[in-house]
Amino acid sequence: MDPLDLVGAEPGPARTILFDGRPVPALPGQTLAAALWADGVLAWRTTRSGGRPRGAFCGIGQCFDCLATVNGRPNQRLCLLPAEHGDTVTTQEGHGHADLEV
Amino acid sequence: MPTSKSEPGAGRGGVYDLAVIGAGPAGLAAADAAAGLGLRVALVDAGSRLGGQYYRHPAPELGAARPEKLHHGWAVFARLRDRLAAAPLVDHLAGHHVWAAEAGLPGDDAAPWRLHATRGPGAGDRATVLARAVLLATGAYERHLPFPGWTLPGVVTAGGAQAMLKSGLVLPGHRIVVSGSGPLLLAAASSLVSAGAKVPAIVEATSYLGYARGLPVLAGNPAKLAEGASHGAVLLRRGVRLRRGSAVVEAHGTDRVTAVTVARLDARWKPVPGTERRIECDALAIGHGLVPQIELAVELGAETVTGPDGAAALKVDAQQRTSVPGLWAAGETCGVGGADLALAEGVLAAHAVAGRPAPARELATRRRRRSFAALMAAAHAPGPDWTGWVTDDTDVCRCEEVPAGEIRAAVTELGAGDARTVKLLTRAGMGWCQGRMCGPAVACLSGGGTGRPDSRPLSCPVPLAQLAAPREE
Repeated sequence: MDPLDLVGAEPGPARTILFDGRPVPALPGQTLAAALWADGVLAWRTTRSGGRPRGAFCGIGQCFDCLATVNGRPNQRLCLLPAEHGDTVTTQEGHGHADLEV
Repeated sequence: MPTSKSEPGAGRGGVYDLAVIGAGPAGLAAADAAAGLGLRVALVDAGSRLGGQYYRHPAPELGAARPEKLHHGWAVFARLRDRLAAAPLVDHLAGHHVWAAEAGLPGDDAAPWRLHATRGPGAGDRATVLARAVLLATGAYERHLPFPGWTLPGVVTAGGAQAMLKSGLVLPGHRIVVSGSGPLLLAAASSLVSAGAKVPAIVEATSYLGYARGLPVLAGNPAKLAEGASHGAVLLRRGVRLRRGSAVVEAHGTDRVTAVTVARLDARWKPVPGTERRIECDALAIGHGLVPQIELAVELGAETVTGPDGAAALKVDAQQRTSVPGLWAAGETCGVGGADLALAEGVLAAHAVAGRPAPARELATRRRRRSFAALMAAAHAPGPDWTGWVTDDTDVCRCEEVPAGEIRAAVTELGAGDARTVKLLTRAGMGWCQGRMCGPAVACLSGGGTGRPDSRPLSCPVPLAQLAAPREE
């Protein structure tokens, strides 16, 4: 049994997102966080002071642990964003605005 | 139902008789009942689909033929959803996250309530909903008690694991320990094993003996017992072991969780030395019950009450009225008590707003379920010595990475006596989540102030461009 079998899901063809340059399948209707979990990926951010890995914690947009850079925009909550074909997700390091530093 | 059938100020919007904030059980029942009584209703919700967290379900594109397999009471939701879809008096404003409410004058069309909502990151993604009365049905979020290793990837909230499963049909791992306290643990574990995960143990901090003190209350709530028994049957069939009076006191791993240490607790929740046991796993789902989500009302000065578990809830009268004129509340915002209670209170609030007498059936449900909620909150209230398993280097505030040692130093060396002072000295609770994850823990470690609700002028992040936009008239 897996979750798709349990509810008798028959999703359309998977889309492809890129996680740190690697293709990852995403079922239509899944969030980016769900697509990454399904692929066994649990972390997509490193913390600002400790550099520790983090991913989805609360799953409903309350905790902000699941932040990552999506299509170039940092600090996006992956548990809320539907996965679109061709989305690029990049592991976010620190506050996500390293490109602004001088 | 088409979403966003109308926008305020354009088309049908205008001033609604009632704006319901939140489309979970309480909000759905209220919107349905209010429309049935002839009120024009805006059902305003941050989510993209009706249902809130309790009835959270997969997007249609996932083609789930049997979504009810992950739910209790799905038929109730399906009925409400279908009725609302056919209700011409209800506009479902999906994807509208209300960040502030401005009080109106009850019944006064010239000065109605103004709900300020954000619909996305763009400067133009703002919306204002006008209404003569407002019902807050915003539900709750989870309470967490930190322990060493709780920030490792693979450690997720019990509600979060359920939410990701219900909507995305995914699991965080294959072998998932479930730990914390409260009935949500049984529900979460039952969903996880049904979806194919192994759950080597449910680790529940209380002994469940607290329920024995409320036998008459239990006898009056056979449906709650049946729900518990149905989860229990699923868990028993799959060989899931319930360890009562125990807690996960450490999660192990470097890049992700690989095992946990479980210890027995004494009556005050102090770990008993020598009882530690290691359980291998690749995920851990944690939670210590729920906390009412009431910031919109608190910001308006609504009175609160402190529940038996120390959490603040909105104070309402027999008609579900808060202390703020024109502001009503139903469901978990009035104290966490489950979906049946929320459904009943939504109906009661709708009748009161419409000036109709309260239906007897909902009155009886509220009376029974509120007693059960109080019993449940008391039975699962965190014991005072849980802080004993938090080491000085355990991050308590996940966002700002503030370890317990810094918080303890703020208390013992700098004289902080409450969570607010600790926050100013250490930044605990000052990050992205605004203390939603660490608030209860910081309050306990500060040695005071349980139950005092946090004040947040904005209930969610709002782009500056939307805040700066001129007021719509």
